[in-house]
Amino acid sequence: MYRYDEFDATFVRERVKQFTGQVERRLAGEITEEQFRPLRLQNGVYLQLHAYMLRIAIPYGTLSSKQMRKLGFIARRYDRGFGHFTTRQNIQFNWPQLDEVPAILEHLAEVEMHAIQTSGNCIRNTTADQHSGVAVDEIEDPRVYAEIIRQWSTLHPEFAFLPRKFKIAVTGAAHDRAAVRVHDIGLRMLKNDAGEIGFEVWVGGGLGRTPIIGTAIKPFVEKQHLLSYLEAVLRVYNQLGRRDNLYKARIKILVNATGAAEFARLVEEEWLSIKDSALTLPLEEIERIRQYFALPDYESLPDWTPEFEASRRANPEFARWVQSNVKPHRQAGYAIVDISLKPEGGAPGDASADQMDIVADLADDYSFGEIRVSHHQNLVLPHVRQQDLFALWQRLSGAKLATANIGFITDIIACPGLDYCNLANARAIPVAQRISRAFSDPTRLAEIGELRVNISGCINACGHHHVGNIGILGVDKHGEEFYQVTLGGSSRDDASIGKIVGPAFSTEDIAGAVETVVNTYLGARTSQSERFIDTYRRIGIDPFKEALYGNSQARRPAAE
Amino acid sequence: MSTQMVTANRLTDGMVVYLTSQGDWATQFSAGAVLADETAAEAAMADAAKAAKQQMIVGQYLIDVLVEGDGVKPTSTRERIRADRGPTITVDAGSWTGRIGAGPNGE
Amino acid sequence: MAILKHGALQPNEWQEVSDDAALPETGSVIVSLERWRRDEASLRTSNRAIGVRLQNTQSPLALTNDIDRLSLVVLDFPKFSDGRAFSQARLLRDRLGFTGEIRATGNVLRDQYLFMTRCGIDAVELPDGTPIEGFLKALGEFSVWYQPAADARVPAMALRHGGKPQTGSASTVVNDSVAAMWAY
Repeated sequence: MYRYDEFDATFVRERVKQFTGQVERRLAGEITEEQFRPLRLQNGVYLQLHAYMLRIAIPYGTLSSKQMRKLGFIARRYDRGFGHFTTRQNIQFNWPQLDEVPAILEHLAEVEMHAIQTSGNCIRNTTADQHSGVAVDEIEDPRVYAEIIRQWSTLHPEFAFLPRKFKIAVTGAAHDRAAVRVHDIGLRMLKNDAGEIGFEVWVGGGLGRTPIIGTAIKPFVEKQHLLSYLEAVLRVYNQLGRRDNLYKARIKILVNATGAAEFARLVEEEWLSIKDSALTLPLEEIERIRQYFALPDYESLPDWTPEFEASRRANPEFARWVQSNVKPHRQAGYAIVDISLKPEGGAPGDASADQMDIVADLADDYSFGEIRVSHHQNLVLPHVRQQDLFALWQRLSGAKLATANIGFITDIIACPGLDYCNLANARAIPVAQRISRAFSDPTRLAEIGELRVNISGCINACGHHHVGNIGILGVDKHGEEFYQVTLGGSSRDDASIGKIVGPAFSTEDIAGAVETVVNTYLGARTSQSERFIDTYRRIGIDPFKEALYGNSQARRPAAE
Repeated sequence: MSTQMVTANRLTDGMVVYLTSQGDWATQFSAGAVLADETAAEAAMADAAKAAKQQMIVGQYLIDVLVEGDGVKPTSTRERIRADRGPTITVDAGSWTGRIGAGPNGE
Repeated sequence: MAILKHGALQPNEWQEVSDDAALPETGSVIVSLERWRRDEASLRTSNRAIGVRLQNTQSPLALTNDIDRLSLVVLDFPKFSDGRAFSQARLLRDRLGFTGEIRATGNVLRDQYLFMTRCGIDAVELPDGTPIEGFLKALGEFSVWYQPAADARVPAMALRHGGKPQTGSASTVVNDSVAAMWAY
């Protein structure tokens, strides 16, 4: 994984010093809150419901055991013993003190971490596939380019005050696990007819108030032109994005208003004037970065040995966990392990400092010291020998990290919601807990199969409910929390936005509504191999509407 | 207008605070001054603006509160959660019981 | 209003003239883009330095054929959070090759000053009495840059490959002699 060289280390130190100075000036009253706000946001410091919140960057979701231990230390020393992994592969702490943030950032800098540009109207953390480097369907490791983009976008002087936040995602596999089509810029690596690998560029996707699947504006950008093309897109956006209305300032609005073809033309015109400049990426630089992502020294091992089969037969619980949480690895004899942060009744994506330490130890023992954060708010150990899976599972079980539910209905993605967030209209975590408890039976989980539930506490959609197979949006109806259900969303290659099924449900009724939806699916599916999303697309929304609301057309529709 | 109270966050540590009748800022909602009319509310917000200028608090605003038999309560769900000073769920913080080397603020 | 330029406060030697006002007898003047278009012929032949003030909604490319005659372009930050002027400055330097003064006016934070200079803004209008130590200190806060911009600061990528400080800007075509600096 990437290691800081002298330039990176100097830069982060300078950044910490700069922010330390800015905090001092704020506390001394030399700058107002209005002036300080963009500065603290660009260092990841939010003011939230109960306290400040610090969002720490985990570039493209990759971290080392040493870095994970430091996060555990920060949780204990500067926070309340736990952290929350986010849908953009970052981590959030909910109780930092502003006057201690400089100290936290110094600790982070010691392990090559930071909180730069995790908020603010600038380019945010570039996310990538959490199985990068090791997935069997990978064309090329996208993290090489995510790192190049990270550096290029860090303190980019021209793009620090954009109309709004800007999110980039990269996928390097046949199957998109980075949801590139719902990002401001999504980069999909692919091979052209000449066999060269380059980028298909998607622009203007996004969730939030106006969910849109992006448009592919350029079918193929060669590697050496990646940065100049991105710069062209950002320059057009910076100049033309709306500044008058916060809710209409994302690039998706601009692309829609301008028209995708015209937008692409504007970008092309700008790009042609800069494409052979100092932004050209030398192949030598790409190769230099690639060295950091070299795969570890794998042993030569056989795949799926009889011993391994035997251990699965002997222990049905272990077998269930392998079935749901373990994925095939490109290296024979190895496996990718998804660690679920969705225990029964838990807050999705949260991990205690103890658990962080345990995961760090497990990474050292079983995964060459490397951990990933998935944008499903789970963790990943990317290089585990199959012969170690049983021992790993036992140790995970001891730490409540072995819930066998990856991709299932209790692998819920939820924003922090009104329990933590200033912007929320309703709580999301208690709803996740109810659903989690209602569907805790492992046999039933496996029977239902792949089903993504996403919960957002407000229309900013940080829980990505628009792309949930079942999406739940918390709304405020006359001071009460209500929950609107959408069906049929998907964040994968077949990306789609969910459709509202009908009037919102109360807190008491929402878990039951989800049960009804699931039962409708189970009753209608052609076989166990027809996933929820497939059944939904085959039968449409009406059977679900019918099951949920019956003939009660007299019901007033809830405020949408 | 209903009865109100002024709330904000403390600048240094971000803790939720309420303006008391003594003019200081308490973390307990129950210590907050109930403002019975618009004049009182305006005066309180003016005090809050001064406190903001002195780098004590940030993001001050008025909330609606209800005076009932058994005490005062915020009217909105959001402010009730805020007044409880933490999420409504039980958090799994493992073995954590307090900040290592925490200062006198404790919290 | 004083002008921060080249590390010191300097008096403002320019006069801003509104669209309908008469030009002063002598002296350098700043006019709006609209006035420049309207009175271009006479302004061009007048024996004075001309500056144009661009709204941040106006593309610098509109000055493509005029840049030779202009000594100054004034850009605006109506709010410090409105970063359009950064791109306008880049286009003036990189695309149009403008070598005159680019002056920022409006709401600016000293914490943006480094970004401004990297984008090619070389002068900032400040209210009288604004202490400039903070601005100058801000320039020294970083010694590492990750991306080429409109200035001559060498990005880390080039340094890692044996680059030397180079003149010119990001849009300078990387020709053989520059590529040679990267020493492969």
